[in-house]
Amino acid sequence: MSRRVTIAYLVGLVLLLLAPTLIYPILVMKVLCFALFACAFNLLLGYTGLLSFGHAVFLGTAGYVTGHALKVWELPTLVGLLAGTVAAAALGWVIGSLAIRRQGIYFAMVTLALAQMVFFFFLQAPFTGGEDGLQGVPRGTLFGLDLANDINLYYLVVAIFAASFWLIQRTIHSPFGQILKAIRENEPRAISLGYDVAKYKLLAFVLSAGLAGLAGATKTLVFKFATLTDAHWHTSGEVVLMTLLGGMGTVFGPLVGATIIVTLQNELADKVGSLVTVIMGAIFVICVLAFRRGIVGESLALYKRMIGQKI
Amino acid sequence: MAEDCILETTGLVKEFRGFVAVNGVDLKVRRGHIHALIGPNGAGKTTCFNLLTKFLEPTRGDICFNGIDITREAPEKIARRGIVRSFQISAVFPHLTVLENVRIALQRKLGTSFHFWKSDRSLDLLNDRAMELLTSVDLQDCADMVTVEMPYGRKRALEIATTLALDPELMLLDEPTQGMGHEDVDRVMQLIKKVSANRTILMVEHNMKVVAGISDTLTVLARGSVLAEGPYAEVAANPLVIEAYMGTEVDELASPAGH
Ligand SMILES: Nc1ncnc2c1ncn2[C@@H]1O[C@H](COP(=O)(O)OP(=O)(O)O)[C@@H](O)[C@H]1O
Ligand SMILES: [Mg+2]
Repeated sequence: MSRRVTIAYLVGLVLLLLAPTLIYPILVMKVLCFALFACAFNLLLGYTGLLSFGHAVFLGTAGYVTGHALKVWELPTLVGLLAGTVAAAALGWVIGSLAIRRQGIYFAMVTLALAQMVFFFFLQAPFTGGEDGLQGVPRGTLFGLDLANDINLYYLVVAIFAASFWLIQRTIHSPFGQILKAIRENEPRAISLGYDVAKYKLLAFVLSAGLAGLAGATKTLVFKFATLTDAHWHTSGEVVLMTLLGGMGTVFGPLVGATIIVTLQNELADKVGSLVTVIMGAIFVICVLAFRRGIVGESLALYKRMIGQKI
Repeated sequence: MAEDCILETTGLVKEFRGFVAVNGVDLKVRRGHIHALIGPNGAGKTTCFNLLTKFLEPTRGDICFNGIDITREAPEKIARRGIVRSFQISAVFPHLTVLENVRIALQRKLGTSFHFWKSDRSLDLLNDRAMELLTSVDLQDCADMVTVEMPYGRKRALEIATTLALDPELMLLDEPTQGMGHEDVDRVMQLIKKVSANRTILMVEHNMKVVAGISDTLTVLARGSVLAEGPYAEVAANPLVIEAYMGTEVDELASPAGH
């Protein structure tokens, strides 16, 4: 991480640790789950140039697997989280293998189609509880601490988010990340330099799916249930919106985008009802038309222009 | 003399939905030569490059590199064998720095390119070699620039440095001087001459001054077929070639120094 990112990361971490004294912890945890989901998605879209339009399937799959592991198999919490994450990564490997041989819009279509197939499987399968979802998932304990207590769980969620965010940053700034950027910038050139780009894309896809899965697993723990909504293509669209609104290919963009969208939905849901969808649509249009680089991207560009003028 | 050939194609054909872009090309590239491939626009030169590097699948025919049949190999495998190409449209990584561009090529040898848990500072040990390569194309002062901000001629020079980073046995250059000013053309021409010292170069080139100046052999392609082959003076005198290059380019062929 660059020095500025490191400072922002540490400041953010301190704020997160203090947050529950001011804000309802469940809301912050929800924001963090979606922020992790969006950061994982950004690893693929922003840094590899791959638009997956079925990413919610990883969120949803991990949610069910973790829910099932905790409720039915009564496994320890950490093992349950791990199981969800691994399941999502494995599904990522399958979907990724089939999708990465296609380019651009065809890649997006394949991911969407496969995600829909998995969605219908979840709708029919008995263990998911269908439309009702998988209810009553126990949170369990960690190191003797009862996670049924929201504050205890909160610090676990912050730790998961902080570690995952760090891993994503590390991936972006690793030898592997360099090749991902090269593929995003000019794929034929990367091939002509001897890189088997399919393998790099696949690993990026699996990492992104696994982290999206960790977000879904954590979310199940927070809300004590796994739902079909998480695997729905609406959610796949939402993560695109969060990432674009915040700024794709920026470090903090997905975090900002997820915070805005989740908070808005939370505030507006009771007041305007289904109008929320329209508002989200309007935000999307404004974002695409007026600030392509997203909030963080535009702010950075403005900042650069300002210091450019001073000199 | 067969062992003298680094690259040999036999009956190479590429059809695009019935349209024959490359039609039975037998190409022999001698080891250590600078071999120029010329021909009017649409003759099939770029398509040939795409076939040789397997960016396109040949419809028919074989490609042999160092006596090994590589016709069915994947493009990245071909690159690892030592055939590295440049592209007609500039092939750089625009939003990476100039140094990073070269380092991407050097990085593969470290064997850590899948290590997502490692810091990219582990790549710094390649910086010296990258700077050497940049210096060889006179870009040492631009190392930290974001590539997209460089003028066109310098991007092409960077492309050559990146290609050289792999130390390829056979280098394929697709119109390396296209769109360049006079001085840049001279620079790149000298550069190609310099880097050809212990390797083979196959290049597509429109600038006859460059072709006449540095190539050992010349193949003329027209409508997908080889029209003539040989040293420059011989080919330039060939009536078939003169006919294919109707109009102004005939003068170019006859008096390359005049341009
Ligand atoms: N992918 C493709 N699909 C269809 N036609 C193509 C394709 N690539 C090249 N061609 C055609 O093949 C011919 C040769 O093109 P090209 O090899 O680019 O010529 P050159 O590089 O000699 O100018 C042209 O007529 C071109 O339109
Ligand atoms: Mg061409």
